[in-house]
Amino acid sequence: MYKITSEYIKPDALFNWSLKPHHGAVVTFAGTVRNHSDGQRTLRLEYEAYAEMAEAKMREVGEEIREKWGIEDVAMIHRVGTLEIGEISILISVATPHRKNAFEACSYAIDRVKQIVPVWKKEIRADGEREWVERNT
Amino acid sequence: MRIIVKCFAGCKDAVGAGSVEVDLPAGTTVGEAFAELVDAYPALASYDRSVMLAVNREYADREAVLADGDELACIPPVSGGAERHPRR
Repeated sequence: MYKITSEYIKPDALFNWSLKPHHGAVVTFAGTVRNHSDGQRTLRLEYEAYAEMAEAKMREVGEEIREKWGIEDVAMIHRVGTLEIGEISILISVATPHRKNAFEACSYAIDRVKQIVPVWKKEIRADGEREWVERNT
Repeated sequence: MRIIVKCFAGCKDAVGAGSVEVDLPAGTTVGEAFAELVDAYPALASYDRSVMLAVNREYADREAVLADGDELACIPPVSGGAERHPRR
């Protein structure tokens, strides 16, 4: 499953989706909204996606993982809209028979998502500034 | 020919709309289309070096030639920091 959603993401939303009886490990990465950026206090974030392309690009990352590690069971959800501090913006789950590949593939997945998936965030800061983040974070 | 231009994040702010339609001569390239957009929406000029362009939801070179009905997307650097060359 590769999905852009405006709904709240629960930490275990993908667990049962990716887990199958032959697996021995599920590695999940959750990206969460933090309350600071460059020494400035952040109140919340607004995420926007080019949804159709973002879902296709997340699927492409899944295909890369299949080619590199032979892993079939990868799932990703990215949220859009207004997110409060501590809420999950992206959830990635990788399930494998053995844990080592799952850790590596999950780390690779979030790196690649940040490179090729068209999603943007706007910081709503305590000092009143509202700014699209257009730099490497 | 007529193409649909989709704009996101700062590019959307620069254009003042998330989607516009533009008429261009046949044979117009992606790069030429973006230059036309900069003429129409000068605030886009600041994205000339950083923007990535996609045609029908796939990253495209500026030399690529557009066809009638194409969807051209202006993709500013994504929140995690986009590469200039997103392919492996």
